[in-house]
Amino acid sequence: MSILIDKSTKVICQGFTGGQATQHCIQCIDYGTQLVGGVTPGKGGQIHLDLPVFNTVKEAVDSTSASASIIFVPAKFCKSSILEAAESGISLIVCITEGIPTIDMLEVKVRCDELGVRLIGPNCPGIITPGEAKMGIMPGDIHLPGKVGIISRSGTLTYEAVKQTTDLGFGQTSCVGIGGDPIPGTSFIDVLDLFEKDNSTEAIVMVGEIGGTAEEAAAEFIQSNVTKPVVSYIAGVTAPPGKRMGHAGAIIAGGKGTAEDKFKALESADVYTVKSPAEIGKGVAEVTGW
Amino acid sequence: MNLHEYQAKQLFREYDISVSEGLSASSSLEAEKIALSLNVDKWVVKAQVHAGGRGKSGGVELVNSIEKVKAFADKWLGKNLVTFQTDEKGQPVNQILIETVTDIDKELYLGAVIDRASQRLVVMASTEGGVNIEEVAEETPEKIYKAEIDPIQGPNQLQAEKLASSLNLNEAQTFQFIEIFNGLVKLFIDKDLSLVEVNPLVITSSGDLICLDAKINVDSNALYRQEKISKLRDPSQEDPREASAAEWDLSYVALDGSIGCMVNGAGLAMGTMDIIKLHGGEPANFLDVGGTADSKRVAEAFKIILSDENVNTVLINIFGGIVRCDVIADGIVEALTGMGVSVPVIVRLEGNSAQKGLKILDECDLNIIPASNLEEAASLAVKASKGDIT
Repeated sequence: MSILIDKSTKVICQGFTGGQATQHCIQCIDYGTQLVGGVTPGKGGQIHLDLPVFNTVKEAVDSTSASASIIFVPAKFCKSSILEAAESGISLIVCITEGIPTIDMLEVKVRCDELGVRLIGPNCPGIITPGEAKMGIMPGDIHLPGKVGIISRSGTLTYEAVKQTTDLGFGQTSCVGIGGDPIPGTSFIDVLDLFEKDNSTEAIVMVGEIGGTAEEAAAEFIQSNVTKPVVSYIAGVTAPPGKRMGHAGAIIAGGKGTAEDKFKALESADVYTVKSPAEIGKGVAEVTGW
Repeated sequence: MNLHEYQAKQLFREYDISVSEGLSASSSLEAEKIALSLNVDKWVVKAQVHAGGRGKSGGVELVNSIEKVKAFADKWLGKNLVTFQTDEKGQPVNQILIETVTDIDKELYLGAVIDRASQRLVVMASTEGGVNIEEVAEETPEKIYKAEIDPIQGPNQLQAEKLASSLNLNEAQTFQFIEIFNGLVKLFIDKDLSLVEVNPLVITSSGDLICLDAKINVDSNALYRQEKISKLRDPSQEDPREASAAEWDLSYVALDGSIGCMVNGAGLAMGTMDIIKLHGGEPANFLDVGGTADSKRVAEAFKIILSDENVNTVLINIFGGIVRCDVIADGIVEALTGMGVSVPVIVRLEGNSAQKGLKILDECDLNIIPASNLEEAASLAVKASKGDIT
């Protein structure tokens, strides 16, 4: 069992013929992902990586029955690419691209929610179900099929958590990088809920960072909805308070958002917290007795 | 990207958001001309820097003669203004704003920001305008009234009316407030802002609403489609190292310690700082080389890190996802060879092409100390910075 993707998930790639997309699609295919085609407007009819290229997502879905799409298009085209996928019958979108204007994401998020489409990212490493499939840019070989579910706001810190749980032999059910943007398509809570309901996930690692109140909200959710052990690390205890111009950012959060606040909120929800990013794996061992 | 008050107010005017009459000057002669052209006998003169707390630091004055306008210009132009929001050097003053004086009956607060929790543009207003708004938010959050703007439908009049009524505005003021509210939301969306703040929004002694201050922060991700706004950037207000880092798409923040850090990913960069501290060391900087670092950018990152005299050790921590470790390794070798770096460099490479990267480092004749994991990397860096290894 796993969440969101497995080896039967049919995936297309938007921005398929670009350099980054090509490099990462090769790695996804090698990992076992059922990549069934791609979309690059104007290049429909071509063959790329032995797979068909389509002009539109609609054509790709009609022809391949893909249900998931991984997006590599430049930031300025992401809004229309995500909406195109959402409106063409794709139910899972992973957007890797960073640098999307926040105003664009406000509308994208509402539309995806209305259509019941799961959007992961943007500005994220993607998702992987070890041993089965990956839609993302994470190095596949650090993963191990296993029993820990990992959620993170940061790409490279996700890899850190993965590596440690692999080195200790616990392995992962699925790993989800939700991305560090102000308006992510999927929140900690969404993924916590999926892991809680996934039978093979026995423990959860949640990696957060300073800013916003997503970790505090997650803590509240864990308190009343998550029965599995959760280990958490929050990056940025030592980060200096950001240089900022006005007060509005602080006002909206009501003074929340520091690493201390987040650790406190998580600890009061009985989450096992670690203060060093090198101790995530150890934390899992500690809390589960493995 | 931050804007100056005079730039923000110009944008306000374009959106029919009422502000005081005034213009900015870069010399005392120009200041004199502007003061005369306003045709009044009292002026507010304001130093233009990207920082709050100007009033408490002498950067804002009420003056009643042309000589005093000129004196204020002479006093500040070309100097640095230090406030509680700046570092000890302060921010350079290259422009001053000369405005007509407003007689204030009451100070309100108005702000707009992207709220991560509700995932909406949120307009906030409070009757408790003035310098202590942050305390108000913390101690009496119920005194901050909010309106969430629907991303599809846009703002509606009812929201503006509700806020106006929370602010106890009369009928005429409510109409003015609706205009300001609509203008603010439209400006925010049109120009891809991430924050607007009007503190204070005042009720004048004649009962009108007017924005006395204006702070604007622009979403840097959207500058590609905001050509006009991009031109308003003032590099003199930015840390020179941070600015040169930004030119190379590197995200850099200077800190006080001795261990220079080069990391891929903001989270891991913060995590690296955290673990350095846990080992008893002090990071000299936050530096995220980003997802698409190449050897040129690694070399630039080195230059920026080493331009800080306090740096006596460099810790490179790369967990390759998008970034290929062999590319980073090439960059490290190129930079070290070209620059004659004398400080110890601890390198931890993991993930995408890590073995190839380590081989490149292994085969060069440079002072590079490899580390096999994060814990070891931090421990080695802290020891090196204390002179225990070289």
